[in-house]
Amino acid sequence: MITNADFLALEGNPGNFTAKLNIRPRYIDADLCTACGLCTQYCPKHHVDPYNEGLSITRPIHIDYAQAVPATYYIDPSSCMYIQHETCQICVPVCQSHAIDFSQKPETRELTIGAVILSPGFGKIAPETLEKYNYGKHPDVVTAFEFERMTNASGPFLGEIKCFSDGRHPKSIAFIQCVGSRDLGCDNGYCSSVCCMYAIKEALVTKEHDPEVDITIYYMDIRTQGKDFDAARERAEAIGVKFIRAKVADVTPWENHLKLTYSTFDGQHKFDSHDMVVLSVGLESPKDAKGIAKATDIELNKYDFCQTETFSPLQTSQEGIIVAGAFQGPKDIPESGTQSSGAATLASIILKNQRGKGTESKEYPEEITVSDDEDVRIGVFVCHCGINVSSVVDCPEVAKDAGKMDNVTYYTESLYACSQDAQEQIKQTIKDQKLNRVVIAACSPRTHEPLFQETLKDAGLNRNLFEMVNIRDHCSWVHANEPEAATDKSKDLVRMGVSKAARIQPLPEQTVPVIPKALILGGGIAGMTVALSLADQGFESVLVEKSSSIGGNLQNLKNTLAGETVASFLKNLTMKVTKSPKIDVVTDAALTQSSGFIGNFNSIIESGKEKKKEQSVDHGVIVIATGGHEHRPDLYQLGKSKKVVTQKELETKLAGRAKNRAPNSIVMIQCAGSRGEDLNYCSKVCCNHAMKNILKIKEINPESQIIVLYRDIRTYGFAEDAYLDARKKGVVFIPYEVDRKPVVSTQGTKVQVDFFDSIMQEDVSMTPDLVTLSVGLVPDGTEELSKMLKLPVTSNGFFLEAHVKLRPVEAAVDGIYLCGLAHAPKPIEETIVQAQAAAAKAAIPLVKGFVTVDPIVSSVEQDDCIGCGLCTSLCPYGAIIMEKVGKKRKAKTISASCKACGICASHCPTFAISMGGFTNEQLISQIEAFGNKTVEEKVEA
Amino acid sequence: MGKTIKQREGAVMIVGGGIAGIQAALDMTELGYYVYLVEKAPAVGGVMAQLDKTFPTNDCSI
Repeated sequence: MITNADFLALEGNPGNFTAKLNIRPRYIDADLCTACGLCTQYCPKHHVDPYNEGLSITRPIHIDYAQAVPATYYIDPSSCMYIQHETCQICVPVCQSHAIDFSQKPETRELTIGAVILSPGFGKIAPETLEKYNYGKHPDVVTAFEFERMTNASGPFLGEIKCFSDGRHPKSIAFIQCVGSRDLGCDNGYCSSVCCMYAIKEALVTKEHDPEVDITIYYMDIRTQGKDFDAARERAEAIGVKFIRAKVADVTPWENHLKLTYSTFDGQHKFDSHDMVVLSVGLESPKDAKGIAKATDIELNKYDFCQTETFSPLQTSQEGIIVAGAFQGPKDIPESGTQSSGAATLASIILKNQRGKGTESKEYPEEITVSDDEDVRIGVFVCHCGINVSSVVDCPEVAKDAGKMDNVTYYTESLYACSQDAQEQIKQTIKDQKLNRVVIAACSPRTHEPLFQETLKDAGLNRNLFEMVNIRDHCSWVHANEPEAATDKSKDLVRMGVSKAARIQPLPEQTVPVIPKALILGGGIAGMTVALSLADQGFESVLVEKSSSIGGNLQNLKNTLAGETVASFLKNLTMKVTKSPKIDVVTDAALTQSSGFIGNFNSIIESGKEKKKEQSVDHGVIVIATGGHEHRPDLYQLGKSKKVVTQKELETKLAGRAKNRAPNSIVMIQCAGSRGEDLNYCSKVCCNHAMKNILKIKEINPESQIIVLYRDIRTYGFAEDAYLDARKKGVVFIPYEVDRKPVVSTQGTKVQVDFFDSIMQEDVSMTPDLVTLSVGLVPDGTEELSKMLKLPVTSNGFFLEAHVKLRPVEAAVDGIYLCGLAHAPKPIEETIVQAQAAAAKAAIPLVKGFVTVDPIVSSVEQDDCIGCGLCTSLCPYGAIIMEKVGKKRKAKTISASCKACGICASHCPTFAISMGGFTNEQLISQIEAFGNKTVEEKVEA
Repeated sequence: MGKTIKQREGAVMIVGGGIAGIQAALDMTELGYYVYLVEKAPAVGGVMAQLDKTFPTNDCSI
């Protein structure tokens, strides 16, 4: 990790580049700094804090936030009195660890590398663009980034939202969407793809703070096209957030309010006053985009983002240089994370011959043996989580209370137990106090348990000698208005945790070998990309396709929106897949049975058209790329009139030779059957598909009259250019409301469309030559597969990822990965990226050759087992099997499959099953501790 | 006067230590490669470190 560094230049070829960096001085020795913060307290100079978007003051010597990595303070030279004027230097004697070093100089460093991943992020919209909304002139006009810091509990105002003008709490807040994007005034024609989401999030968070506040979002289209994103918009509407489809012309001060002038889509000009205005600013290309392009010789697009192609979305114009994240185009966190994993696959392919040669594995100290007869020595650490916990819970009191308990030999508090310096302190304390159990009362084990367990390992303790108590979510958050009760409950929970901790035992770490082969289900663009990505990294796979040929939906598409030809790409890809010696393609095939666990799966594949044959495959991972297909709703006369077709059918028609293939009048209906009818979601691709067909029609027949009836046009990202192009070519876009949908009827061979024209405010009746429906996508066969592999699906039938942001391509079951339409509707480009990401994640266990099993698994005391089999039938992961021991049937846990849910243990009639880390003895002691309110005072030594 | 540090085989340079760069770095190390994560700010984390909660689940961002 090289921070405070500028990337200057790159030379060489893929596999052998030399990069030149300039590392700016921190003026603080990272090895000596303990992040104690004393320097900041003594520094006399003010410094506007960019971390808080300039809303607060810090000192030139500071750290951005407590959890910053590396946890080393730094001096901002722009305002340091010594660096600017050679005075002061108060910090030098203040620092107890003598870490301050003004003699540091900028340093040039050269790196020898095989590949480069560019992920410089995004830039901010120039303030001049915001001036027309009175930003910079009126204090109550803020950007969404500033508002984000204002609503943040650890932000400069501790989450309190106030007007800067007079400190009052705003009663009415307006969000203005599309500021600096979809805005030709600042040459940003693209859609930033994230602002609708963050505006809704900030509106929801604000409503949480103050349910009475009135929030209005002024928008052109709400673009919540992501998986389950529409639900959040509905949630916002349900709690009273107002959405007004309008363009805001200006914002002017009016008494102590702000007056918004806006025009609605029916041509009316309206005014409204608000206390505060939040500008939903878009994402620009990164500030140093041109510098990076110059250093690496990569091409940028017209908006200065990195230029890529639909079929190679992460490949820059230079070989060996890969792009990921917002620099490739504005995008949200899940998309960025997915692109990063995809980028890792591409880099891994370039470097595959050097894999493992440059790395060292982390060494842990030898584990201290903790035997049964040894005295239990518990250390209790109570975390303030800044003020997240301590503003409600009396942390010193909780810590003191814990100190009174038996076996507790040490207790303390910590401002942020998760910060790097606190981690070091915990390690030292374990050694100094000879602790053999650790209890941390802090936030959620869901997010922080692995971190603290790592700390224990670093200190030489088995990681299971750890108990975490959640006094944030369970106390300070849910009982925010009852501090005393929250403190009492914290004490109860800590007492229970300590009582359990006294009974926990070290559990051994287990590893299981991995069969270096993948099973890929689905031979469309997603499955093929995964297979090739794995083959290029040296791994074999079996590609199972249900139809007679691989290629999937791509076989029905002609062009991409950007104009690339699909057929030649597909032909090339198919050839590579079929010719690869590492890929075994099985067509007309289906998975009929699958068992096992990560590293060791066995699957039965049935193939052949008439004569079926079965083959058994042993493999280490499964990638699901089973795809989807166009939905055919029984709506708008589809299937009843020849003049009503889907976008896919229109694309085929337009690619044909028929003379009238681009008719003179067309009505398109968006969201036909989607977003609340047959399908309860947005399919993300239909608006782009419509634009693609529209532009093709206009190319063939420029006179064609096209009317698009829509709810929200969702041409996010650079596809917005196509939308603009369509409007420039005279295509008419008319929004319709859900309660006033268009009606299609047939009159002989004619087809009639009746709709309410919301722009002209009148009913219209038309008889176009053709009606085209944007119908959405549905997943293929996810229901059966979810039962066979015990994987959860969403209410809409798509496979559910393990975590939207942290594990977007992994399924809940280890060793199973998701990509393509089986996960959610998405365009080609995103499907390819996701497939490359799934290939990275699937390759990780294949590369390692083994998997580590979490020791908190179930185990069966076979002497007590009566062989009833209840556990086997109940286990949702197929992790308990029955085996013959002598003449009797006994249950046995497959540790690698076990998810430690505890269903087996809770149902076993003879208590023969116990969970590692959650034994009956431990749980009963916890319950008893809850009842035992008065802690017995320890005899003072 | 450039200083070249110990040459490592199978190394990748990631320019930018925001959420995208960090995720790529983690995946690359898991895949068995050495990573230089180059960040212009004094700490990694990027814009996501400034966020409190994230859409649509309002999960903590840090």
